[in-house]
Amino acid sequence: MTAAEFTPIVFGAAVLGGFVGSLTGLGGGVIITPVLALFLGVDMRYAMGASLISVIATSSGAAAAYVRDGYSSIRIGMFLEVATTLGAVCGAYLSAHVSTRWLAVVFGVMLLQAAWQASHRPKEAAQPQAVDPLAARFKMGGSYPTEGGERRYTVRRVKTGFGLMFGAGAVSGLLGIGSGSLKVIALDQAMRIPFKVSTATSNFMIGVTAAASASLYLSRGYVDPSIVMPVMLGVLAGSMAGARLLPRLGVPLLRKAFAVVVGLIAIQMIVSGIRGAI
Amino acid sequence: MNLRKIGDHDIERMVSILLRIGVMVAGAVVLAGGIFYLLHHGGEVANHRTFHGQPAIDRIATKIFAGALALRARSIIQFGVLLLIATPILRVALALAGFALERDRTYTIVTLIVLCVLLGSLIAGVIQA
Repeated sequence: MTAAEFTPIVFGAAVLGGFVGSLTGLGGGVIITPVLALFLGVDMRYAMGASLISVIATSSGAAAAYVRDGYSSIRIGMFLEVATTLGAVCGAYLSAHVSTRWLAVVFGVMLLQAAWQASHRPKEAAQPQAVDPLAARFKMGGSYPTEGGERRYTVRRVKTGFGLMFGAGAVSGLLGIGSGSLKVIALDQAMRIPFKVSTATSNFMIGVTAAASASLYLSRGYVDPSIVMPVMLGVLAGSMAGARLLPRLGVPLLRKAFAVVVGLIAIQMIVSGIRGAI
Repeated sequence: MNLRKIGDHDIERMVSILLRIGVMVAGAVVLAGGIFYLLHHGGEVANHRTFHGQPAIDRIATKIFAGALALRARSIIQFGVLLLIATPILRVALALAGFALERDRTYTIVTLIVLCVLLGSLIAGVIQA
C-alpha cells in the first residue's frame, strides 16, 4: 500500500472512531488504537502514539466548550492532575518494558470495562451529607448551572479519588488513551461529584494527563507523522460531528449498539494478544 | 481588566480561548504538513507493521523546529504535534498565573507541582531522545 492509499483509509477509520467514541462517551482515541492494530496492520506502539496525540486534540477541543459553559471545576481538576500526571509518567515508562502482546490484552480489558460502563450508566448518587475536611481545605466544592439556577455541590473521599486518579493516569500513559471512563469512576463514584461536573472536569483533565506522557512517547519514536496526521485530523472531525449530533441522536439504543461493537473489538484485542498475533 | 479582582471565571474564559486556539493552530499545521507530505511522498510504500521507532529528526524538539523551518513535510507535522502537546502545558501555566494573581497560595503550589511534572516529563523526553 502506498502512503496516498494508506492516508485516506486511516483518515476514514479515524473519523468513524472519533464519531463512535463521542456518541458512546468513550472518547475518540480509545477506538482508533484497536482499529489500527487489528485491521490495518499498524504496530501497537505507533497506534498508541497516534491515539495519544488525538486524545489531546479532542479533549482540548471539547474542554473549551465545557469550561466556557461553567461545568468544569478548575480546582478539582488541577488538584487531581497532580495524581494523573505523575501516574501518566509512570505508565509511559512502564509501557516501554511491556511486550505489545500484553499491552493488547490490558488494552482489551480496559476497553471492555469502558464499553460496559458506557452502556450501564449508574444512577446519580445522592449528595454526601458530611464534607471531607480535605475538600474544604482545598476549596473543592462549587456550583454549576442547571435549569433551576446554580446548584451547589460538595466533594467527599478526596484521598480515594486521588489514588484512583493516579491509577487512571498510569493506564493513560501505559496504553496511550485518555482513560476518561476511569476518571469518571473516581469523580462520580468515589468523590460523588455531579455527572455534568465530573464529565466536564474529566474531559478537562485528559489533555493535561496525555501531555505528561506524550513527550515520552514522542522521544521514544512512537509518534509517526504519517500515521498521526490522518488519525489526529480524522478523530477530531469525527468527534466534533458526534458531539454536534449527540443532542439530536440521544437514543440509548444506538449507544448500546455501539457499545456492543466496541465490546467485540475489545474481545478480539484480548484474543489477538494471547495468541501473539499483535 | 482589573487584575486585583480577577476570579475563577476570568481564568476559565482565558483557558477556554487558549485551548480552542491551540487545537485550531495545531490542526492547521498538521493539515498543511500532511498535504505537503502526500504531494511529495504519496507514492512511497506505507508499511507500519514492524516498529522501527523514528529517526532523531522526528523525535527531538530542536531538530523538529529546524526541519519545519526548512519546510520538510514530516517535520511540519511533528511541529503541529509539538504545538498540540504545548497547549495543555500552557493551559496549566495560565492557571498558575491566575491563581497567583488571585493570591491563592494553596492552588498556586498545587498548579506549580503539576507544571513541574509536565516540564520534568518534557526534559526526561529530551534526555531519553
